[in-house]
Parts: sequence; structure tokens; C-alpha cells
Amino acid sequence: MIRRAAHQLRRYRARSVLGPERYVFLAEWRNPPRSGPSGLGLSVGLSLALVTMLLTLPSVLGLYWTDLVNDMMIYAVLALSLNVILGHCGLFHMGHAAFYAVGAYTTAILATRFDVPILLTLPLAGALAGLFALLVARPIIHLRGDYLLVVTIGIVEIVNIALKSNIFGLTGGANGLLILNPISIFGHEIVSPVDFYYFILLILAVTILLFYLAQNSRFGRALNYIKQDELAAESTGVNTAHYKLAAFVLGAVWAGMLGTVFAAKIETVSPGSFSYAQSVLLFAIVILGGPGSITGVLLGAFLIISLPEIFRDLQNYRMLVFGAAMVAMMIFRPQGLMPPGRRRYKVGQFLGRFPAGAALRRNKQLEGADPTALTDPADLPSLADLANGEGKGR
Amino acid sequence: MLEQLTNGLAIGGIYALVALGYTMVYGVLKLINFAHGDLFTLGAYLGMTLLVSFGLAGYLPPLAALLVMLLMVMGLVAVSGYLLERVAYRPLRRSDRLAAVVSALGASIFLQNAIMLFYGPNYETYPDLLSVTASLTLFGVSIPVMRLVMFLASVLLMLVLYLFINRTRTGTAIRAVAADQGAARLMGIDVNRIIALVFMIGPALGGAAGVLLGLYYGNISFNMGTMYGLKAFIAAIIGGIGNIPGAMLGGLLLGVLEALGAAYISPVWKDAIAFLVLILILIFRPTGLLGERVAEKI
Repeated sequence: MIRRAAHQLRRYRARSVLGPERYVFLAEWRNPPRSGPSGLGLSVGLSLALVTMLLTLPSVLGLYWTDLVNDMMIYAVLALSLNVILGHCGLFHMGHAAFYAVGAYTTAILATRFDVPILLTLPLAGALAGLFALLVARPIIHLRGDYLLVVTIGIVEIVNIALKSNIFGLTGGANGLLILNPISIFGHEIVSPVDFYYFILLILAVTILLFYLAQNSRFGRALNYIKQDELAAESTGVNTAHYKLAAFVLGAVWAGMLGTVFAAKIETVSPGSFSYAQSVLLFAIVILGGPGSITGVLLGAFLIISLPEIFRDLQNYRMLVFGAAMVAMMIFRPQGLMPPGRRRYKVGQFLGRFPAGAALRRNKQLEGADPTALTDPADLPSLADLANGEGKGR
Repeated sequence: MLEQLTNGLAIGGIYALVALGYTMVYGVLKLINFAHGDLFTLGAYLGMTLLVSFGLAGYLPPLAALLVMLLMVMGLVAVSGYLLERVAYRPLRRSDRLAAVVSALGASIFLQNAIMLFYGPNYETYPDLLSVTASLTLFGVSIPVMRLVMFLASVLLMLVLYLFINRTRTGTAIRAVAADQGAARLMGIDVNRIIALVFMIGPALGGAAGVLLGLYYGNISFNMGTMYGLKAFIAAIIGGIGNIPGAMLGGLLLGVLEALGAAYISPVWKDAIAFLVLILILIFRPTGLLGERVAEKI
């Protein structure tokens, strides 16, 4: 207790000596202004090489491994859609398989009973899954952390039971439905793993691009704010219930569309593919890879889906190791393998908007410093710091 | 109707015993111990091993054998619970809730697969210790002896726990830690010891419930802990999480509701009933039936 108090006092003193501009100085000291473009960090040559590699991959891998890569990519897109809810918004959602199931069954029912072309069912599957998410998430959206977790498990269980019990006589019970008509694009039927590879790769690329844009948009920032501090977000005017619901619906729409792809690829949909265990798997991909980070989730999907396949001989032990790895990760690296980088903004971008900031900027200009130097908002004092360090110190 | 009621009360007793483990851990740590359901499974399997492999039933009369086995299983599962807390939860005491929940999930997957690797993936038949089919007639209703034993055993265990929590010094310390960890520490209570103790009492009761369930249904499987665990947790929420009499009430209530639902609505939808009840409770009375109103919004 005493040591802590002494530490806080020292911190407070260090701050008061520095004066009002200390935060910018501190920020510059910790993160010297960077030069050059910041972004994905890929040069033109490197990205060309990557694209060539991805396009020629099926011919190198052969059918079996191409099929595995297809599965991995499907899981990657699903995990990316869960990442919007769990990673960006920080909602403990463990029922993603339910949304995925709604999409897959929409496609299966429309294709088998009404002979609708599979590709046409794709937007419908997404829309229905989104609507379903809107309906079920609306009454539970205010639930805190682990309560939400249990309720979403409940949703996936109820959906599973409904599918098994052949609800409305449409879902085919425990055996599921068999889909015979393939996806056809301009007369070209997508049947072989290689066809599917390019089809799913395209979806993955579009997903990554859209989600990358979304995470840096106003929407993405709002979700992050809710994750960091819901109360603060709400008190500064972010409509938290609205954004949380939007995150759910966006994730569900994406999962629903992937349900279509899954149904077309596997040719049968049955309740077993959309169980609680599947939800846990997706949850683990996001958490272990790095919640909130697109590269992290891709890495997570790669590790969790393909590693067990590579170590096939140890198949019996793989879930054992998986469980132990989850515990170990949370103890030693709870932020995931590749956590998202900190958001960075140019100070000058915001300074002019606020009176205090404008004054600070004038001062800085008088001193000849660069007002647009990069700084990291995480280095600025948080409300909690102010309350602990400053408020009590005075 | 009465037939369903007694069945519901017998299963409800199991839910209540398992729910106590959840509610106590949640009370002191605000953590859903996802591995608790698998400790329940572990109890069922250990009981089977003691009866079959060690031939406990051969040396002793049935009821005495049951009693000895129950005590041994409770002890063994308590030790497992302690180890679980040491390995998977204590290092995460100060980290955020998501990390602890994920660690609990990982521990659950680990335990479940460890049981599967050791005992095999098939259903195991439980030894028929108390001739399950025997029944006796009370007030004109025929009640299987097993149901009566189960109900009485779970009520007895709950009663012992209730007295322990409310009447002893250690029980007071547990309540103090649940109410305010910091203040409890200042009053000289060894919080780590109390948390370890909670992680032994809860699993001990869960293990006992596993044995009773094995005797009742006659077979057990390595993954039954997931469903029973979730339902018991729901029972704890129904009663008001963190509240010990609430867990008992919630468990019995859920058991009866399920039995009635299976009989009068549809047996297929039996597993969905618990989750529907959960959603309704969280919408209309999030603090549970006996939970006190708390400032923290759920």
C-alpha cells in the first residue's frame, strides 16, 4: 500500500514539473516521429510476389491440400466475421455457429425445395442471418460479459435442437439436407477444389479489404471505444446499444453468406456442422490469433485448422494440446499471437478542433516543433490516470 | 404428473449440487468456471473406477460402499479442483475477465479430452449398486428407491454446506471474501486460502453429483459435463448467481421444469427449455429469483 502511494506521488511530481505540454513531449520521446508511409508495409514487388504465389498455390499443393486450404480460408472468413463482434467490439459471443447455420440452411432449403441457383441465395442467406441476429441479439444486447457468453451458447444450442427436430418440416432432422446443384458463374460450374480455391480466395480477399476499411472507419473506432470503456463511450455520445447491435448484424450477415459457400462446398448441411464445439473453435481462433487484428485472426485460422492436419498421427492428443495451449496462452500472452497495433493519429489532425489544443499548437509552433508529429493516444493520460494521479494528488 | 415431479426433483438435486460449485466460484472470483462441468464428469468416472476396478462393492454392503465411494470421490475431485485453480486460474487473478474465461474454456477442453483418452470415447456402464428398478410406495405413489436416495443425498449435502457456510468461522470467511476481497484481506483473512478452499468444496459437491447421476442413469460419457455444466450454471443464474440457497432452489426448479416440459411439450426440446428459461430470466429478472439488487448492471 505504502509503496504504491509513494510511486503515485513520484509519478504525480514528475508530471507537474513538466508542465502542460508534457504529454506531447512524452509522446515524442516514447515514439519518435516516423517517416515514410505507414500501412501494411508491403512494397509493390512483395505484393506482386504474394499474389502470384496465391494464384499458383493449387497447382503446387495438389487436390487434397488445396481442399484443406479451402477449409482454412472458410474458417478464416468466419473468424474475421466473429472478430468484428468479439475482437473489435469486445462482446463475448460464442454462438457464431448459429448465424452460420441460418445461412447454410437458407441456401440448402432454397436450393433443394425451390431450385433456386446457389449464387442467388448468397445475399438472401446473409440477409436472413442478419435479420436473425437482429431479432435474437436485440433483447440481450445489454448483458454484461459472461452473461452474454452463456446466452449466446444458449442460442447456438437452441438453433441446433431446432435443426435436429426438423423444425417446420424443412431442415431434414439430424441427417440434414443434400444439395445436388453446384454453384455456377456465367455457365462455369464450381465443383473441383481448385475452382473452390479461387472462389473462396476471392471472398477472403474482399472480406479482408472491407473489414480493413471498416476497422479504420468511424464505425470501427466506435466499436473499439466500446471495447475499451463502454461507459466512457456512452457518455461521450456513442450510441453503444446501436453499435453493438450493428456489430452483431454485420458479423452475422458475413457468417450467413459463408454458410452458403460452405453448403455448396460440402454438399450436405447437417446440425453437426453448426454445434457449440464449432462456436468454441471460432472463438479460439480469434482469441489465440489476436482479437481485433486481421493478420492475427488469419494466423489463428492457419494454426488451428492446418496444424492438427499436419500432425495427423497425434490426432488423439490434439484437442488435449489445444486446451492446454489455451490456458498457457492466457497466462503468458493474453493479447493473442499477433495483437492489433496501436491506433496512431497525427496530433495536428485533432489539435485545432479544441480550444486547449489550439493553444497548445500555437505554443508548439512558437517553439518551432512539428505540430503534426505522430503520437499515440495510448500515451496520453487516461481518465483513470487523471483520477488516480492528479485528482487525489491535489 | 407426480412421476414427472419426483424425476424432476431427483435430476434437480444433481443440477443444484453442480450449481453450488458455479455459484460459489462466481461469488468469490466473478468467474464462470467452465471446467466445473468436467470435474463433475471426472467424479462420475472416478466413482466407476472405484466400484469396478477396485471392487469396492465386493467388500462392503451396498449403502456403505456408496458412502465410502462418495467420500473418496469427493476427496479426489477436490484435489483436482485445487490443482485446476493453481494452474489455470491463480496466474490470471489480476488479468481481465476475458482471459480468465478463455483459460476456463481451455481447462474444460483439456479435462474432457484427458478423460476421453484415459477411459475411451464410448459410453461406460455404471455398476448397478442399488438395484435401480426397486421402488417403494408412498401415499399411493410408487417412487423408485434410487430417486429417493438421490434426492435425500443431494439435500443432505446442501444442508451440510449451508450450515458450514453460515455457522462456522471458515464459512464466515468465505462469505466475507465473496462480499469484498479487499476488506476481507484487511481483516486478516488469507484470501488465497479461501479461494483454494472454494475450489475444493465446489468440485467435491460436483463430483458427488457425478456419482449420483451415474447411478441414476446407469451410463456416463466423457462429454456429458458440457451440457450438465451449462444447465447447472443456468440453475445458478435462475436462483441468483453468488447466492447459495438460490443455487439450490434454481437447480430443483430447473429439474422440475425440464421433466414437465419433456413430458408435456416434447422430449426433443428438453435441452432447449433450460436456455429459454435463462433468456427469460435475464430479460425480466437478471439478478435471479433470490439475488439481491446490485448496483452493478448486468
